[in-house]
Order: sequence, then structure tokens, then C-alpha cells
Amino acid sequence: MHEMSIAQSLLDIIQEEMRKHNARVLRSVRLDIGQLSAIVPESLSFCFEVMTSGTELDGAKLIMEIIPLRGTCRDCGREFEIKEYAFECPQCSSPHIDTIAGQELSIVEMEVD
Amino acid sequence: MKVSVVKNILEANDRIAQENRAIFDEKDLLVFNLMSSPGAGKTSLLEKTIDALKEELKIGVIEGDIQSSQDAERIAERGIPAVQINTGGACHLDGNMIRDTFKEFDFDVLDLLVVENVGNLVCPAEFRVGEDFKAMILSVTEGDDKPAKYPLMFHESKVLLINKIDLLPYVDCSVEKIKEEALKINPGMTIFEISCKTGEGLDTWYNWLREEVNEGRSVRKE
Repeated sequence: MHEMSIAQSLLDIIQEEMRKHNARVLRSVRLDIGQLSAIVPESLSFCFEVMTSGTELDGAKLIMEIIPLRGTCRDCGREFEIKEYAFECPQCSSPHIDTIAGQELSIVEMEVD
Repeated sequence: MKVSVVKNILEANDRIAQENRAIFDEKDLLVFNLMSSPGAGKTSLLEKTIDALKEELKIGVIEGDIQSSQDAERIAERGIPAVQINTGGACHLDGNMIRDTFKEFDFDVLDLLVVENVGNLVCPAEFRVGEDFKAMILSVTEGDDKPAKYPLMFHESKVLLINKIDLLPYVDCSVEKIKEEALKINPGMTIFEISCKTGEGLDTWYNWLREEVNEGRSVRKE
């Protein structure tokens, strides 16, 4: 249950961005959550709700998109979706894979007034 | 109004971890982050490792637990500087908690610093603390389905120590399956089969760790 720490970091970033843009109301926040990250979206939503309830951010929507794992093979260059956490190239069977997506834990967009 | 942000949520922690790392590098210190579920044998492995290497390496330990200082006391009994962090409920250590312990150590005399994380197969994998690498323990009593269930931990760890192999006759656990599944997630993983109870397999781990300390030192010199 590290979603509480994540929610706190998220709130810190949101508040900083709102100050920067002179925003007063937070309508929604869009997050990218990589498939490999150990975040449970429902828990994060719950923690976010608990932490914003009764504050000026109360009612803001948290929209989370789960980003599938993708990799590139360092040997043959093939880009592919990493299925069932198997880090092996489907073309040449090489185990030398660079993860290019699926490890995100980022805030991408906020809707504010 | 839509505002595009694109920021890593863990950016604040990553920055502190990087600062920690810079200090470790400057002090020529190898640091690893030891993770496992509760009871897999983290403190036992540290006790064995300290007993085997303390004449040749100066070791320090940061102990992370939700409550109690039992682990730091176990380590300190061996004459090793050990600092206990009580997270007071948090399920993992982060860069800031590690930084807060620095004043308790004399890094100039240390060769190796081990961070024993809170027992948990999920959360600690997500937080960097400034380590050179992450190491994890899986004990055979936990079962061979764990790599598939906790992929992030296996993906992030450079080393896997399969502990309690002396208990294999009594449990339905296949070490081959653990190795196969772990290597599927992390093909570069170094795997040791050990028993902290009987000492089996520990020599290979000590040799590997000794090499890592030496290699880290020569890389930093370049």
C-alpha cells in the first residue's frame, strides 16, 4: 500500500502546477500508469479522494491510463509488446530488451479553471 | 483550461536518490538495497555475510522496519554500525529516509552499505534510495509462483537469492521454475541458491559480492 505516498507526491505536483498557472479549481488529472508499475489504480483513486476531500481540490477526477509494456530488441531492432512479462524478442529470441513503455508513473495533463 | 504537465510522480524521490548516490560515489561506497517479503531471511543473510566478510570489508547497515529496533540490534551485536529506521506504518523506504541516517555513519571508513528494506514484495521496488543495485531474496517456502505474481520486484533486482533450500524436501516448490520465471522477466539476473541455516551456497554469494565491491571501486576510479 504505497499508494498513499504516491498520492502525496501527486498532490505536491498538482499544487505546484496550479500555483504556476494561477488556477483555482481542479477538474481532472490524467495519469499514465505503466503495466509494470506496482500501482493498484483503485487504491490510488481511494487515497487521492481521501486526501483531497474537504480541500479546494475536492471532487477532482483522477483519470488513469494503463500503458502496456513495450520493448525494443537491442540485437535485431524489432519493437514489440512484452506479453506476460517475457523479456524476449519474438523475432530473434534475444534477451537483450530495452523497455520503451510500461514503466510510467507520470502525470500527463490537468484540467483546471 | 487544459494544462499539459508530463512529470514523473516520483520525481522528488528520484532527485533525492540521485543526490544520495552522488555522496556514495564520492565516498567510494558500494550500496545495495535488499528486499524480500517478511521472514524470507534478509537479516539472517546480512548476519552471515557480515561474519564472513567483516575482516576484509567495512560494512554498514541501514535497517528499515515499520516498528522495533530488533534488526539493528542483531546487526550491531556484530560490531557493525547499524541504524534503524522506523517507518511508522509506511511499507517501504525512500530516498529521504535514507538521507536522514547519513549523520550516523562515517562513510570515509566504509566499503559497503546495505539498506535492508521493509519486508514487502511490492512497494520497495518502486522507490530508489540511491543504491548501486537492488538485491532480493525469495525463500522456497513462499512458493515458485512469486515471480509471475510480483514482476516489478524481479524486474528491478539485479540479484535473486533463493533462500531456505534446506527445506526443499518439505515444500512443493521448484527452484527450476523460480529460476525460469525470474529469468523470463529479467534475463540478466544473477541467481544464487542458498541456505542461511546450513550455509550452503553462501560462499558463491560472498565471492560475487566481493567482486562487486572491487569492480565498483575500479569503475569509480576511471
